[in-house]
Amino acid sequence: MYVAVKGGEAAIANAHSLLADRRRGDRSVPALRLDQIVEQLALGVDRVMSEGSLYDRELAALAIVQARGDMIEAIFLVRAYRTTLPRFGYSRAIDTANMLVERRVSATYKDLPGGQLLGPTFDYTHRLLDPELAAGAEVAEPLLRESEAQAMPRVSAILAREGLIEPDGDMPQDHVPGDITREPLEFPMARDIRLQALSRGDEGFLLALGYSTQRGYARNHPFVGEIRIGEVELELDVPELPFAVPLGTVRVTECQMVNQFKGSAKAPPQFTRGYGLVFGQSERKAMAMALCDRALRAKELGEDVVAAAQDEEFVISHSDNVQATGFVEHLKLPHYVDFQAELDLVRRMRAEYDARENAGKAEDKREAAE
Amino acid sequence: MRGQEARDQAERKAAMATLAQSSGDDIVRLWNEAGLPSDAELLRGPETGLVTLRGRIGGGGAPFNVGEATVTRATVRLPTGQVGHCYALGRDKQKARLAAIADALLQDPARRNEVETGLLAPLRSALTKAHEKRRAETAATKVDFFTMVRGED
Repeated sequence: MYVAVKGGEAAIANAHSLLADRRRGDRSVPALRLDQIVEQLALGVDRVMSEGSLYDRELAALAIVQARGDMIEAIFLVRAYRTTLPRFGYSRAIDTANMLVERRVSATYKDLPGGQLLGPTFDYTHRLLDPELAAGAEVAEPLLRESEAQAMPRVSAILAREGLIEPDGDMPQDHVPGDITREPLEFPMARDIRLQALSRGDEGFLLALGYSTQRGYARNHPFVGEIRIGEVELELDVPELPFAVPLGTVRVTECQMVNQFKGSAKAPPQFTRGYGLVFGQSERKAMAMALCDRALRAKELGEDVVAAAQDEEFVISHSDNVQATGFVEHLKLPHYVDFQAELDLVRRMRAEYDARENAGKAEDKREAAE
Repeated sequence: MRGQEARDQAERKAAMATLAQSSGDDIVRLWNEAGLPSDAELLRGPETGLVTLRGRIGGGGAPFNVGEATVTRATVRLPTGQVGHCYALGRDKQKARLAAIADALLQDPARRNEVETGLLAPLRSALTKAHEKRRAETAATKVDFFTMVRGED
């Protein structure tokens, strides 16, 4: 058995320059600039930031171009880049109640302080392709309307006044938030760690799981208590200054899912909650995250674990698309030695099988003859 | 004394917030227009690293880690001795250096006004304008509900 251990350097180098050529495409078409991607493919940029788990628009845009628009490849590039940077610390927790809100809707209350603000949404569009956009038509400036500054409390705070909804999730006093970028995953895991994994999880995977809960696999009857999108300020405690340093603002999407709950041995009948918080304008992802967060609280709330979406180890171990793509895609890399060994084994087993078959047939013949 | 110290810190923090939220291009342009001095000894950086962003479960509960963000920091010392710091989202090293110098200049009573009028005031008014525009654009998408009255008589 001969196994090649070297070779392919020239082929690899040439494949990469061919990739660079195909990435650029027809040279008579102007090359994309990163600011064009940041401005005009903003939600794709947001997805790469959220699943790449790195808030940096220009880097996400670069990753999208470099990956030729392959989002998972782009997310992979961003994740790899992260590992090259030193860490300055953990921010103070953001306050979503103090958001510069760009969109805020509730499916549970029509009238609520601050009102329903649709913002830049695809909702209520007719989903008809727009030939004018293809022709590069100019776009009008958005309309303005005077607004008095009005507090916009989270809807969960409004429901809490009646005592019919569980409070925001608490952890024991001395609990230090877990960090999956520092420690390996361990099951069962605390809710804070689960939320970190879900926030960077694959949108498609979480969407499908969230959908499965609605279709009856771990039914928990959800309502969107609130979705809000906007910018929040970020602050960091540093040793050299006596106050938290303001770092600037980031755009996030928050989803408060409210779920009917008939009560159990562990909790009275009340509304329970699932929570979603995602980088950028990523509404579908935040909703899917909130559905999965609620489903994964089954044990905590004394519910039977009967469906995939409630199985913590199943959901969290498979939600990371960089890990998933790494393991699936590694199958196409050379496995010549492995396969030679398997081939050998199958040959041997086949020979033994054939020998047994032939022996059996010979036995039958002899018996028939006798 | 205590009160004065607290006010100074609040002012310093507000200036840092303004600088962090402003674009590097705006800072450089105003810096040059105001003729602010940019010679300072770099004590650290400018260097880019990561800050892990935290949220709270349910919005107000226990903290959890959401993901990371790029942050660039710099520390400078002026020829007159004041030390200034900057931490700002993104990877703009020029911005971090100038913002750190601005922080140091603000601690020099002789230069404070110059930085305030030439740099911070215009940056602040641009940010306020942008926020007001954003608010007004969003407000135009506010849903006004009309109650449909069914005729009973």
